[in-house]
Formats: sequence, C-alpha cells, structure tokens
Amino acid sequence: MYQILKAEEITTNIYLMVVKAPRVAKSCLPGQFVIVRTDEDSERIPLTICDYDRNEGTVTIVFQIVGAGTLFMSGLKAGDSFHDFVGPLGCASELITDDVENTKKKNILFVAGGVGTAPVYPQVKWLHENGINADVIVGAKTKDLLILEDEMKAVAGNLYITTDDGSYGRSGMVTKTIEDLVAEGNKYDVCVAIGPMIMMKFVCKLTKELNIPTVVSLNPIMVDGTGMCGACRVTIGDKVKFACVDGPEFDGHLVNFDEAMKRQTLYKTAEGRAFLAAKEGATHHGGCGNC
Amino acid sequence: MDVLKKVPVREQDPKVRATNFNEVCLGYNKEEAMEEASRCINCKNAQCVKGCPVAINIPGFIEQVKLGDFDKAYEILSESSALPAVCGRVCPQESQCEGKCIRGIKGEPISIGKLERFVADTARENGKKPAATKEKNGKKVAVIGSGPAGLTCAGDLAKMGYDVTVFEALHQPGGVLVYGIPEFRLPKDAVVAKEIENVKSLGVKIETNVVIGKSITVDELIEDEGFDAIFIGSGAGLPKFMGIPGENANGVFSANEYLTRSNLMKAFNDDSTTPIMKAKKVAVVGGGNVAMDAARTALRLGAEVHVIYRRSEEELPARVEEVHHAKEEGIIFDLLTNPVEILTDENGWVNKIRVIKMELGEPDESGRRSPVEIPGSEFEIDVDAVIMSLGTSPNPLIASTTKGLETNKRRCIVAEEEFGQTSKEGVFAGGDAVTGAATVILAMGAGKAAAKGIDNYLKNK
Repeated sequence: MYQILKAEEITTNIYLMVVKAPRVAKSCLPGQFVIVRTDEDSERIPLTICDYDRNEGTVTIVFQIVGAGTLFMSGLKAGDSFHDFVGPLGCASELITDDVENTKKKNILFVAGGVGTAPVYPQVKWLHENGINADVIVGAKTKDLLILEDEMKAVAGNLYITTDDGSYGRSGMVTKTIEDLVAEGNKYDVCVAIGPMIMMKFVCKLTKELNIPTVVSLNPIMVDGTGMCGACRVTIGDKVKFACVDGPEFDGHLVNFDEAMKRQTLYKTAEGRAFLAAKEGATHHGGCGNC
Repeated sequence: MDVLKKVPVREQDPKVRATNFNEVCLGYNKEEAMEEASRCINCKNAQCVKGCPVAINIPGFIEQVKLGDFDKAYEILSESSALPAVCGRVCPQESQCEGKCIRGIKGEPISIGKLERFVADTARENGKKPAATKEKNGKKVAVIGSGPAGLTCAGDLAKMGYDVTVFEALHQPGGVLVYGIPEFRLPKDAVVAKEIENVKSLGVKIETNVVIGKSITVDELIEDEGFDAIFIGSGAGLPKFMGIPGENANGVFSANEYLTRSNLMKAFNDDSTTPIMKAKKVAVVGGGNVAMDAARTALRLGAEVHVIYRRSEEELPARVEEVHHAKEEGIIFDLLTNPVEILTDENGWVNKIRVIKMELGEPDESGRRSPVEIPGSEFEIDVDAVIMSLGTSPNPLIASTTKGLETNKRRCIVAEEEFGQTSKEGVFAGGDAVTGAATVILAMGAGKAAAKGIDNYLKNK
C-alpha cells in the first residue's frame, strides 16, 4: 500500500496528491510516469509525475477527473492509500538525459495546456536547478482552471499565461502566444508541448512552420505500461512505437495525431457508462437513454 | 474397463461453456482417478519421467493414487513441482510425459496430466501445503518475474534455505498464469492464487509493482540491496504485429492486450472497471495456444470468431486439445489464409479484413512447409475486431539496463542450458526470457535448473 500524505483539490476537478512511494521517488526523472490503482479491483490509471522528493520518498501526482476511475480517486484523502503505485515508467525527457552543457546553449520554450502543466513543471524545475532558465507558456480555458502558477513562476525564466476566454493573462490559445513571442523577436531552438492531444497537434503544426523542433508527451490508452499490451501504439513517422516504453515523449513533427486521437476514443462508450454509473451511484438504474 | 483406453474426463458441455468463463475440464473424481491410476504398469525404466522437464517421479505418485494415499502422492509431486495444479492443466502432456508412456504404444497413454491435477486439487481442498522449509542459510536471492520460471526457482531456493524475494512488475503475481491463460483453462482464484500461496508458505517474499530496469536495476539489487544472486525469469511479453496497413485502427488488439484485459483485469465480468470491446465478429490472426485462448475468450464475450492461419491444420502450433475444444465451441477456422490489410469505416473502426489464400510450398528452416500466396485470391471478411496473435518476444528493459548481460539477435538473454548461467557473474536466467515464447513447463524446468545453478554458485563462492 502507498500512503497519501497530502490530497488537495487545486482547482475545480483537478487534484494534487503527494504519495509515499520510496522506490519510485528514488529512481524517477522528469518526463516519466506512474500507474496507480485505488483499490483491489480498480483499473490501472497512468499519470505523469509532477514532482518528487528523494529524501522523503514521495512522488507528487496531479490529475483531472475524466472518468469513473479518476472520480473515485478524487475521493481519497490524506491518510488513505493507493493499492498500487508502480513506476517510474517510460523514458525520461531528452532535455534531462542530454549533456547539460549542450542543453545550456539552447533557448527552450515549454508549452503547457490545462492539466498538462503538471508534467511540464518537473522538467522546468530540473532545468532551473541545473542553471537553465526556460520560457514557459501555460494555457488554460479560464482563470479558475489555471494550476501550479506560483510553483511555475519560481522555476521558469519567463512565464506567459494565456486563457482562452481572456479572463487572466494573455487572451487566446497557446498557439497565439507562441506566434506573438516569435513575432516579438524571441528565438527558440526547441519546444516542449504537453497538453490535450488537439493542443499538441496545433502547436506542432505551428512550430513546424516556424522551424522549431518540438517534443510532445503522449498519453494514449494503456494497460500494463511495460510494453506488454501494445494498446498504446502510436505512429511516429513511418514507425509504430509503444508510448509506454519508447515514449511517452516523441518528435511532435512526426506524430500521427489524427490516428492517436481516434485511438483515444476506443473505450469512450464503456468509459462514459462507467462514469455515469459512478457519478450517479445508486440513483442510476439505466433507462436514461444515454447509457 | 478397457485398459487400452483412458478413463474419460468430464467436461462442461460445449454449448453451455461457450457462454461462460467456468473451467472447461471438470477433472477426475476419486474413483475415476484410482481407476485411471490402475492402468499404470509402473515401468522400471519409466519413459514418462524422461519426458517431463521437471522430472516428476510419475510412476511413484501414480502408485500412491492407485493405493488411495493422495497425501503421499502430493508429497511426491511437490518434491519436483511447485505448481502441480497448474501443470496438470496447461502442460502439453501429449508431447511430454504422456507422449512417452509405454501404454501409448498399443492404446492410449495414462492420463498423467489429469491425475496430477486430481492430486493437486485434492491436496488443496484438504488444505495440505508443501513440506516446510529447512533452516535459513542467510543468503539472499532476487527472482525477477513471478511467472512459472520465477515461482519454481523461488520455491526450490526457499526449500534449500535461501532468503528469496520475487519482484513482479504487475500488481498481481503469477505472470502469464494470471494475465495470459484464461479463467476457463486455469481458474485464477481457485488454482493459481492458491499455488502462489503455497510458494509463499515456503518463505518466499513477493514484492509487486517493481519494474526491474526502471524502479531499480539488476546492478542496484546486487550493490545496494545486498542480493547474492539473481534469477531473471521476466518472460516474453512484447507482442508482435504484422506491419500490414490498418493495423492501428480502432478494434485491432494484440492478443496480450485482449487477454490481459479479460484475465488480469477481469473485464469479462460486467462489474470490472476495465473495459473490453464486445465485438460481434472477430478475426484472430495466428494458430498458437494464445490464439486459441483469445478466440475462445472472444467467443465467450459473444462474438462469432474466425481463426485466420496461413498454414494448414496439420501445422497449427496450438495443442490438439485446445484446437479440439475451440472447434467444439464453434470457432471457425479459416486455414491457408493470411491477412493483407485491415479496412476501416470513416471513423477509423475496423469493418473488414482483406485476406489472401495460401498454399504450402517447400519446407522452410523450421521444417514446416512454408505458405505461399496464391495470386489473385484475395477476398474480404466482415469483422469489427481483429486480434493479432503472432507470438511475443522478450522485453528488452532488463537486458538494456544491466551491465554485461549478453542477449542474442532475437533479444533473448543468453544463458547456458544446464544451469541458466548468463554472461554476468551471479546472474542466472530462464524461461521465455531466454528461449522466446514457449510453454509453462519448459519455463518451470529452466527455473528449477537455475535454482540448482544458483545453489552451486553460492556454495562455492
């Protein structure tokens, strides 16, 4: 069992938890992920690592309620435990594993969308601790859905916040901020974009035009997370890769986003039903026409 | 009683079992077991033992069944096998012990597998555990993987007095016994979990949720955690795909994914939180035991199932019993047929598979006649799901993170056959991680051999 030391709803439907998992905390690096199960019968839920403390043996995860599994997870409090917490899985970010001196020479732009801010944070933090200040764009639908602003401010070079509805920071999508920054004369050697698939697709479309190499982190459906099931296969250029072992980060300009987005809908009907059943509990008896 | 024939074993009716996940074979009762045992002529130079990868004293345990001393029979079994209830169910006895049985020359061989199963099941029902452990010798061995190879190696080492910890990547121990082989062939709670409890009762510790190569490396296990020797039994978990167009469409699964969802995650059960696609018409590509398992699982989930295999029935790599069961249940075999493309609807979901007819040509290097396409013979089959069951290869995770561990072209760990010694001192390996995908019992044989190898190594160190 893996005890939860802290559990907090940081904004509507988005939760942060600090979990005691010494083996994961000891070996994880930014870019990697974990798989959690809340209880004995739960599904396996992959989540990117948001932060870790090797001394305390803890790992921080951030998740949004998107289905029955995460809805159930959101009910866990400090003192409760996860039944399973396995990791770190996947490869660490290239920016972290590359030669630091080489990375220091680069102008780096991070683009985070929504809950994708969580996996961006440890990369920016790691770079900051190694004397590299990267620019960070954080996009959210609206001011209330913005997460980790103070934490990010503390480690980013320049932090640019943009909201779709203009309720805070700049106004519009992250792609507009990228265009503005480049128009203002900023030059970037590499971009790391993590967020909803559709955001990553459009960021990549733009950065390809701007000639900025771009890395994205994919979160397809997966079961075991160790290369066994192949559910997470994605097409990168002309090759099929498993996101769990070959990724989760890939060259964004080579990712077949349309295929990846289609594959994400695989269990939508089943997941939707389970979510409704979990949300409405005993009051839901079917027959609503939606399930 | 006809001594030339096996006492028939009771099975669930094919029509009934095609709609449930309960075990197909019901096994022998006491009377049937004793009657079958009485057919054994107790050969002095028993060929059956030579056919068994873990060299069970087969005439010895059968003799005790004949006498009705099932406890004694179980003790004899447990001397050689940590998982008799599993082996009695999934071993290919027809090509091993039973294949060598002298009775088989003129009639049918002794039903050794069913007798083994009876003895193990009876012991379990009576709460009998394998014999307790000797004193601990204070030496620590790490076993990577809790499948048949790992459990066997761990059990044997614990019996010799070693302090054994098994590391498992998934949340539940058992490896292929829990994620791969379906409930209707190998019940998980009633059989597998109990056999694992037996291994634990020998003093073996099992730590789940540890991915060796990620959570911790083999070198760290030796240097930081003080393990004196390592056994790698991490299996062959990586699924193969064909590389044909449409293979990433929605509705195309590896057999591993499909079976893991159903077996490990219990998706066959409506209460499961893990979903599985309930397809109407499924094509399973491949002809091995895993293909049969996937096909029969899809059938039980309500689909019409076609097994598409490029050679003829004679070359089907699956056990004859599995093919027979599959046919009885209504699986359709499209033999000498090979997929060329998977077609989809406008939303990216599978709606057809395009296949081509094959004929058998000259034997290839495996000795099997190689299939050759018949030009112009393509046709399409309407399906809404395709399950690829083309075999698996070892996961490179451990080899790529361990200094000095040699692998071959097929990414298998190189290990010497007799005792499983690898190119790295103190590190042994066996099972599918070494051989590529094979059988439960061969993995157990390798686990057993490596336990001896580790014992020799640590005694002389």
